[in-house]
Amino acid sequence: MDVLTTIPERPGPEIAAPEPRDITARPIGSDRVFHTGAGLSGVLVLAIMVAVGLFLAIEAAQALSSTGLSFFTTSDWQPDRGEFGIASVLLGTVLIAAVAVAIALPMSIGTALFITEVAPVWLRSTLVALVDLMAAVPSVVYGLWGLFLLQGHVVGVSRWLNTWFGWLPFFEVAGADPTSPLSSASVYTASAFIAGVVVAMMVMPIQCVVMREVFSQVPAGEREGAFALGSTRWGMIRVVSLPFGRGGMIGGTMLGLGRALGETIAVLLIISPRFDINFHILEAGGNSVSSLIALRYSEASGFGLSALMAAGLALFAVTLVVNFTASWFVARSRSGASSEA
Amino acid sequence: MTILDNPRSEAPLSSGSPAQQAPLTTLPPRPGPMSAPPVRRPLGKLSRRELLPLAGAAISALATTMLLFGRLTPLDGKFGFVVVAFLVFLATYTVLVSLTEGRPAVVDRLMTALLAAAAVTAIGALFSVIVFVFIKGWKALTKPNFYVNDLSVTGPQEPLTSGGILHAIVGTLIMTMIALVITVPLGVACSVFLNESKGRAAMLVRTVVTAMTALPSILAGLFIFATWILILGQERSGLAAAIAMSIMMLPIIIRSADVVLRLVPGNLREAAAALGAPQWRTVWHVVLPTARSGLTTSVILGVARGVGETAPVLLTAGYTATMNLNPLKDPMVSLPLAAYELVRSPQETLIARGFGTAAVLMVLVLVLFTLARIVGGRPAGRLSKGQARRATAKSAADLARFEARQMEVGR
Repeated sequence: MDVLTTIPERPGPEIAAPEPRDITARPIGSDRVFHTGAGLSGVLVLAIMVAVGLFLAIEAAQALSSTGLSFFTTSDWQPDRGEFGIASVLLGTVLIAAVAVAIALPMSIGTALFITEVAPVWLRSTLVALVDLMAAVPSVVYGLWGLFLLQGHVVGVSRWLNTWFGWLPFFEVAGADPTSPLSSASVYTASAFIAGVVVAMMVMPIQCVVMREVFSQVPAGEREGAFALGSTRWGMIRVVSLPFGRGGMIGGTMLGLGRALGETIAVLLIISPRFDINFHILEAGGNSVSSLIALRYSEASGFGLSALMAAGLALFAVTLVVNFTASWFVARSRSGASSEA
Repeated sequence: MTILDNPRSEAPLSSGSPAQQAPLTTLPPRPGPMSAPPVRRPLGKLSRRELLPLAGAAISALATTMLLFGRLTPLDGKFGFVVVAFLVFLATYTVLVSLTEGRPAVVDRLMTALLAAAAVTAIGALFSVIVFVFIKGWKALTKPNFYVNDLSVTGPQEPLTSGGILHAIVGTLIMTMIALVITVPLGVACSVFLNESKGRAAMLVRTVVTAMTALPSILAGLFIFATWILILGQERSGLAAAIAMSIMMLPIIIRSADVVLRLVPGNLREAAAALGAPQWRTVWHVVLPTARSGLTTSVILGVARGVGETAPVLLTAGYTATMNLNPLKDPMVSLPLAAYELVRSPQETLIARGFGTAAVLMVLVLVLFTLARIVGGRPAGRLSKGQARRATAKSAADLARFEARQMEVGR
């Protein structure tokens, strides 16, 4: 028999194993220009951002070094007499933000769940657009609304809370006499509570956007699994959506908190400034760091400005921690790997 | 399946030979064509059984609350009325549903009602804000002079027929333009950098930018006030305000543009690379055009945020009642700042002007927002009708060009 196929000579084992080619691309001339340009823009942005932070820190250091730790315990603000601290303003900021988040949180969770789970499909995109619009409404508009419309209604709520829950320490109001029908409503106006309600309107959409994003990523298989096991809609939400979206809910809440802490104009419009430690959120008067800056920057001397920067830096530190914790929660959660918050 | 099940195809077979008459399988009697096809239960709509308790509870809650407020108790207040009515509604609804349903269903209905109430409250608040601002500003808004004059010669006592806010409109436009010129190239370039170079530097920049989104907007103003105005000795001007706005807008734009660019499909990039395009051509001709609508949206939303910010402008622009077209010199006022300053005065007319200004600002934000919705909302790479038409025309032109070339070569 003839050999039908010829086997070619195979290379012996002594030939070296093929080496992987070096595949690192050397950028050509135009790409080098591109890289330099893009890198420059990155460096420029970095420089601007770091400059802002560093400048605030350096300027603030002057004021901080003169007062030391008493900066955090003093509640008065008289930098020219060397007596100033953020105890009261920071407390006011936190109280306003706490009221805002306490009001906004149930609303944003409810709205987010309503949009993703309950609303008919034709309504969904409209609702999403409206919530986004709510986030875009300028804060001065919310401030006007709060000052001229909401205040009148919230005063009634304040009075009611004070009447029935006045025994709770933070619902106490000095000078208010709930038993007297003739008592003036002015003890309830311009309070941290009202400012908090207005800020809640700004915080709600921010929280809602993140939560909606997370709830819409709930795997369809798990949802349908719950339904197939005979769960009602709320049962499904309770055992599937809420646990799945927990990280996003915490993250969204904190993002809103960060925004609430930094809000200036709405608070400035509503609250009447005072500089003492005051836990009574229903009582007239309060303060926040950002409204303190807006009030005092123009009359401040060099040292006064440095003191204001120290206050601003403290606020920035707080919002920074809050925001990073928020993004950490979102990124760590099962649902947050691809969401943008 | 269908052939086996068809009784008509079986009939001639069985009658053919008697040996096959003992049937091996018995087919169950099938429903004839007369029986109606199964009716689909509508899942999307509320059924009668769901609707009736809802309506009943609503009517009963309204009636009970009116009785409570009007006759039985000395309660008053619109807010209280709504809250009491809602609570009565929830109680009645629970009782009504529990007449026919089990506990899980009752809880489900109750929670659904609560979720809907949350959404209605939120949307209601939004509409209340918009409507209230327009109603309070209506008197100013309906005077044509409101849009063509400034307030330089208008005293605080003068009626609404004199003076307007043109200076604030122009100021906002100028400041926004300057801020756009600064932020758009820098922001887009930076987000390209974040996406195209995957290194430690990009990570650092991304972290710092993320951190700066937490910067309270008033600190951006304070920074410019301390450096530009106090240290460099410049005066308060539109430019200073625009720079403060840019510092505030830049992180917002970079972050959302970064997300948009990350959504560009990797295979498009790889296709460009496989065709031999250098990286800058890939970015310029593939990545950026693909993400154009998303990038535009992120810029517009950043602008909408920046336009509405009062705090940085308050510290850097100063307040003026006169028109100022020069951003380098003299105070310049923006819409939110004008609204803020105007409503702080005790004069009724000035407050109306302030609300009118806020309404104009609202309209501006609404327009920007609608624009963002129209431009964006399309995922990366999906073309709009016009874009698709243009792309088709271009590729038809290319085809004609190739064919003409072919003919030339053939000859």
